[in-house]
Amino acid sequence: MTKESVFVYSDELLKYRFSNDHPFNQTRVKLTYDLLKSLNLLDESDIIPPRVATDEELELVHDPKFIEAVKLAGEGKLPKETGYSYGIGTEDTPIFPGMHEASALLVGATLSAVDHVMSGKSKHALNLGGGLHHGFRGKASGFCVYNDSSVAIRYLQKKYNVKVLYVDTDAHHGDGVQWTFYDDPTVCTLSIHETGRYLFPGTGNVTERGSGKGYGYTFNIPLDAFTEDDSWLHAYTTAFTEVTEFFKPDVIFTQNGVDSHYYDPLTHLSATMKIYREIPKLAHQLAHQYCDGRWIAVGGGGYDIWRVVPRAWSLIWLEMIEKSNISGALPTEWINQWQPIAKLTLPAYWDDEPTIYPPIPRRAEIEEKNALTVTKTLYPIRNNK
Amino acid sequence: MIVEEIMKKNVITLSADDSISTAIKIMDEKKIRHIPVVDKNQHVIGLISDRDIRDAKPSILDYTNNEKTLDSPLKDIMVKEVITGHPLDFVEEISAVFFQHRIGCLPIESNGKLVGIITETDLLHTFAQLTGANQPGSQLEIKVHNRAGTLADVVNVIKNHNVNIHSVLVYPDKEDTQYKIIVLRVQTMNPTKIITNLIDNGYTVLWPTIPGPRL
Repeated sequence: MTKESVFVYSDELLKYRFSNDHPFNQTRVKLTYDLLKSLNLLDESDIIPPRVATDEELELVHDPKFIEAVKLAGEGKLPKETGYSYGIGTEDTPIFPGMHEASALLVGATLSAVDHVMSGKSKHALNLGGGLHHGFRGKASGFCVYNDSSVAIRYLQKKYNVKVLYVDTDAHHGDGVQWTFYDDPTVCTLSIHETGRYLFPGTGNVTERGSGKGYGYTFNIPLDAFTEDDSWLHAYTTAFTEVTEFFKPDVIFTQNGVDSHYYDPLTHLSATMKIYREIPKLAHQLAHQYCDGRWIAVGGGGYDIWRVVPRAWSLIWLEMIEKSNISGALPTEWINQWQPIAKLTLPAYWDDEPTIYPPIPRRAEIEEKNALTVTKTLYPIRNNK
Repeated sequence: MIVEEIMKKNVITLSADDSISTAIKIMDEKKIRHIPVVDKNQHVIGLISDRDIRDAKPSILDYTNNEKTLDSPLKDIMVKEVITGHPLDFVEEISAVFFQHRIGCLPIESNGKLVGIITETDLLHTFAQLTGANQPGSQLEIKVHNRAGTLADVVNVIKNHNVNIHSVLVYPDKEDTQYKIIVLRVQTMNPTKIITNLIDNGYTVLWPTIPGPRL
């Protein structure tokens, strides 16, 4: 049966878990799932189970030796020093039992989403468990073991021979995906993030534009700390629209980290729910305009798992099924279910009050600088029109 | 770090009898701004920069167009007192040479023979690498009292978190000489625990400021 959109989910996806107090906490996927369920806007028939990525699929991007190390680590057999050289057993990506299996399932979940869209069973697919954009070929980094997005894009190239536009709106630069496709002109990457001067991983400068044949197919918009909704949306809308028009992709792949929100504890941007309403809307529109609707969306960062992530991620699904005009109060059923467990007071409404943060002192300068950054980033494609 | 680790070893050179127009052509083709002039033993006897050439070129407003000027040999316009460096010089030292003499490039000689060249751009690139900005990490800025042992104390806090340090820079606080600012690049996406711990230990963390609800 064909559907407009599918939602990849299984409780097994929650097993990607480093420790109880690690900021990367996949309970957020469950929170989102429950929120949509309590709205009666996620039907059992919308859900597809994730599959496990094979070693061969992981090797589309990852070094077999790294995969071997992750397997050993998950069995408690990897020497500490060897682990460090692969970025595992660190504060960011600690070792946990079964880490290979959990990570391979997470990659497989994104591949399930890809197959569903590319085989024409649905136009759009959402895997909130994915979006681990910091994973490198032979190294875990920034909470990411395997990079589901890089693997999925290589898979899209090999199996379906398509041009992929990757759009990353996580507050952190999408370095793993960028470097994987840096010299490849058939993949275009656009990352909008907080400037690397202030935030991990430190890269994502305007001057990173690709290399060799891939020069001109990497776009980065580093935004200043404390950037607010309007300035953020100006950068997003302008860049996404113009880059899509320039690249004319066959499929749009969006990484939906939701850590640019003011409440996020790891970053320094000042966005609100307003941007999370708009992000999926534009992706949806451009996918229909240029790609016959083919749009694969994954999750990503997001460390205020109570107040920000469930609302922001629900809006991606609601946009896919064209119910994103929802507003007002959140369902009490969901609040009653989760408030006893939540470490913060759950929000009562879909939208944020404008008073959640004090006025930003240098707003005008920040907006001006961001607008200049957008101009610089887009200069080559505007100049060649 | 020493000069031979960062210098360019394939140096394009000219001889004193080559013409100015040859130098212009090579600078255009190779996109370079400096060419050492050497004798037959590869000893540096002069240096020609894009500025020397600009000085020698007729003005674009001078319509009498004297083509002959550009046929003159380089020895007529080259700088003859060339400052050179040695492959074993320290990068920090030669940075001071660039700054003091306001030069844009430094030919490197060993036993009186040209073996390499360093430009301002090479130096800047090296310093960018020294800051660790090319590896995934987070930046921390900490204001500390200017006294012995403080760096070790700060680094000890980080050690307890099992987080690797990419680079350390220390510079004086512009406003108060009793303080210094330590800039660290640490290999973690989540520096919040380290920051909290540093603050608990009485340090002033200038960046990042802890975000979240401040009302």
